[in-house]
Amino acid sequence: MRNYLEFEKGLADIEGKAAELRALARSDPQMDVEAEAEALDARARKLLEELYSDLSAWRKCQVARHPERPHALDVIQTLFTEFTPLAGDRNFAEDLAIVGGLARFRDQPVVVLGHEKGADTKSRLERNFGMARPEGYRKAVRLMDLADRFGLPVITLVDTAGAYPGKGAEERGQAEAIARSTEKCLSIGVPLVSVIIGEGGSGGAVALAAGDRVAMLEHSVYSVISPEGCASILWKDAEKMREAAEALRLTAQDLKKLGVIDRIIPEPLGGAHRDREAAIAAIGEAIGQMLDELSGQPADALRQARRRKYLEMGRKGLH
Amino acid sequence: MNWITNYVRPKINSLFSRREVPDNLWRKCDACGTMLFHRELSDALNVCPNCQHHMPISPRERFKALFDGGLFVEVPVPDPIPDPLGFKDEKRYAERLRDARRKTGEHEAMLVAEGEIGGLRAVCAGQDFSFMGGSMGMAVGNAMIAAAERAVERKAPLVVFSAAGGARMQEGILSLMQMPRTTVAVQMVKEAGLPYVVVLTHPTTGGVTASYAMLGDVQIAEPGALICFAGPRVIEQTIREKLPEGFQRAEYLLEHGMLDRVTHRHQLRDELAQILRLLTKAPPRSHGDLPAPGDEQGAPAEGDEA
Repeated sequence: MRNYLEFEKGLADIEGKAAELRALARSDPQMDVEAEAEALDARARKLLEELYSDLSAWRKCQVARHPERPHALDVIQTLFTEFTPLAGDRNFAEDLAIVGGLARFRDQPVVVLGHEKGADTKSRLERNFGMARPEGYRKAVRLMDLADRFGLPVITLVDTAGAYPGKGAEERGQAEAIARSTEKCLSIGVPLVSVIIGEGGSGGAVALAAGDRVAMLEHSVYSVISPEGCASILWKDAEKMREAAEALRLTAQDLKKLGVIDRIIPEPLGGAHRDREAAIAAIGEAIGQMLDELSGQPADALRQARRRKYLEMGRKGLH
Repeated sequence: MNWITNYVRPKINSLFSRREVPDNLWRKCDACGTMLFHRELSDALNVCPNCQHHMPISPRERFKALFDGGLFVEVPVPDPIPDPLGFKDEKRYAERLRDARRKTGEHEAMLVAEGEIGGLRAVCAGQDFSFMGGSMGMAVGNAMIAAAERAVERKAPLVVFSAAGGARMQEGILSLMQMPRTTVAVQMVKEAGLPYVVVLTHPTTGGVTASYAMLGDVQIAEPGALICFAGPRVIEQTIREKLPEGFQRAEYLLEHGMLDRVTHRHQLRDELAQILRLLTKAPPRSHGDLPAPGDEQGAPAEGDEA
């Protein structure tokens, strides 16, 4: 049973009918429904193309949050070999909302880090829906230091609604942990390549995404605040999230125009969740190319170029 | 009423009355409710003489009290592209900016200046909460960079007074990008071997706390300041329980090891002078006509206060 988004209701009806027909045919081999079912398939495909050719900002938010969208661990397990998770911040705890460790990417040893939202109820709870606490960011700092020490490129997979707004998280210095993680991104002397694979939620995302190269999946979003949060503050009405999503310009396409990201990774028709393998393969291609662009550069040149990139940021507007 | 009063009076009024007399000569303390005469309050740097509650103070007023002799030179901050997204909620961003400029008389939410603190040259950046909640957009990013560059150029310490509701939503992702951007500014100062001191004032929240405001070599806060990443309301909604008394206040953070010091606004100037002198290995400040201790010739050390 596929998980349909609210704007995909029409699609759900058509695909549902096609599946029903085929189920009928299975129970009664005399019935010939294939032609009809195929017609429905064609209709569904056409509708899917229509829907996804011009997704509004708010619909993109919904796609980016789709529960079946490939998450960081799916990407890591497919694209990387010898993944060796490393745990803990050495101060307080292991935060499962951020996964990280040593691995090989196309034979090259690397450090990979990512927000992991979890795939079922149990793992979602364990991973706090990908909302990290200070320990997660401190672990990230530790692993980036490790990469820096051994000259390994760092790859980060960003997918979080934001850093966790909890009592303990605040008491243990959520803000400081995020600040240090961003600072570490900007000071390591090894390539840092980031991919926003789902939601790039505010400071909790930036903390892992201040890289040399930043790519976004076609329907992922990256924003200073969630559309709901923005709507409730500026419109004084959380229901105005559609307007807020539009105004915030949080799509990959807008961010590319603003010069905030370097590339957009195309998604399969209907979003990454409809063909996870293809989506993950495309992520792999992009990571490979971005790493190639950065290979062989001395530590100081990398650092300087990365800092210049952020100092320059915001010289472009959208109008 | 004759032609003179009609003709001359409005002009004289417009020349002399604007800004000189505050709309309200009395202000009620936000905390204890005592009525305070405006002059008394501004002499006390907006600290309530009755309960010591620290009320907001504009960067300009703060700098007047902070720099020796109240003298400072503003460091120019390049203007970013205005309204990069063409943002509009119930009101246009351009309009909100215009209103904030009219209301505060300032150009943006961060003022940068240089001068001497206790005889030591320093660059200071002060965030203005009354300007769109002090929010960090590209202009604040530019101000942090201008401040860092000036500090490096002058080989002077950088002191930042933070106050902000967070990032400026109306600049969308570009406001978020000020987190790495201001972090680079901090790194410039640190790599030049110069002290970077942060004074967190009420309130410092969101992306500002999660970038330059928490990266100081020394972290000082004003009493009672709210300092957090996520605000108390957001947290109460998430965990569905009441937060403890004083949660996320300066004193609470001090207890939890997140700050070096909580310092009363009236002591801040002396404390900053002392810390900056210690960090830059400058001799102690001489007071009055006493020779500077440790200065064997007995001659006044360079740059000492008169």
